[in-house]
Amino acid sequence: MPPLTRWFVKAALVYFIGALLLGILLQAEPVRALPALQVAWPTYVHILVVGWLTQLIFGVAFWLFPRYSAERPRGSERLGWATFALINVGLVLRVVAEPLAGLGYRVGVMLVASAVAQFLAGMAFVANTWPRLRER
Amino acid sequence: MPRLTIWMVRTALIHLAIGFTLGALLLAQRGMALSTMIPRLRPAHVELLLLGWTVQLAMGVAFWILPRFRSGAERGDERPAWLAYGLLNAGVVSVALGGAGFAWAGLQFWGRCAEAVAAGAFAVHAWPRVKPFG
Repeated sequence: MPPLTRWFVKAALVYFIGALLLGILLQAEPVRALPALQVAWPTYVHILVVGWLTQLIFGVAFWLFPRYSAERPRGSERLGWATFALINVGLVLRVVAEPLAGLGYRVGVMLVASAVAQFLAGMAFVANTWPRLRER
Repeated sequence: MPRLTIWMVRTALIHLAIGFTLGALLLAQRGMALSTMIPRLRPAHVELLLLGWTVQLAMGVAFWILPRFRSGAERGDERPAWLAYGLLNAGVVSVALGGAGFAWAGLQFWGRCAEAVAAGAFAVHAWPRVKPFG
């Protein structure tokens, strides 16, 4: 298993645990009434779907999809690491900014930065994965 | 990697790219007002990423790695799987366009029907391959 896959999968596991712990808080009395948790549903969904599921897929695809070439079996390692960094920076920014925005704080720049980072992560993954999809 | 898997995974990557773009617009909209049209894109964002990307990727990889047959066509009858590919994508596009208000709203119902038939067609293909290797 390549190092980048290990980072993807371990980060995914951290988000998996974090999302399910947040899920408990979203149902637990009386903490669910806290203002920050009342606006945390979208954050919970994205920690689970982007942080856990998408990141697990990215990591396993980087590992198991057909090799690009003998010299560069997994395509651009640099693009792979950029994907990892961007998706995690984007998601952490979202996790911090989204509840604050729901509470009325002015965090527009953080939300836009999160959106741009996650968008670039998706494009980087597509660019690196596309050339590896071919018949042997 | 078989041809159908390549088609499914590449189409899934296209849905991923569009779905992430819509998601970025939806999130950025909350930071800076871009357009009042953007919130309408939420159902399309969900549809593209849940069915267009995640479900289709799983189907493509399953078609690739499920056990093959020793005699006859190694992956059995591929036609139901190709039908599933066509119907799933017709359904995803229909639901996304209908949900965003860019098409007749009833298109969402027929899109869902196409997706359900796609699931059945894929099961018809995959069922006999769920067996021990060899």
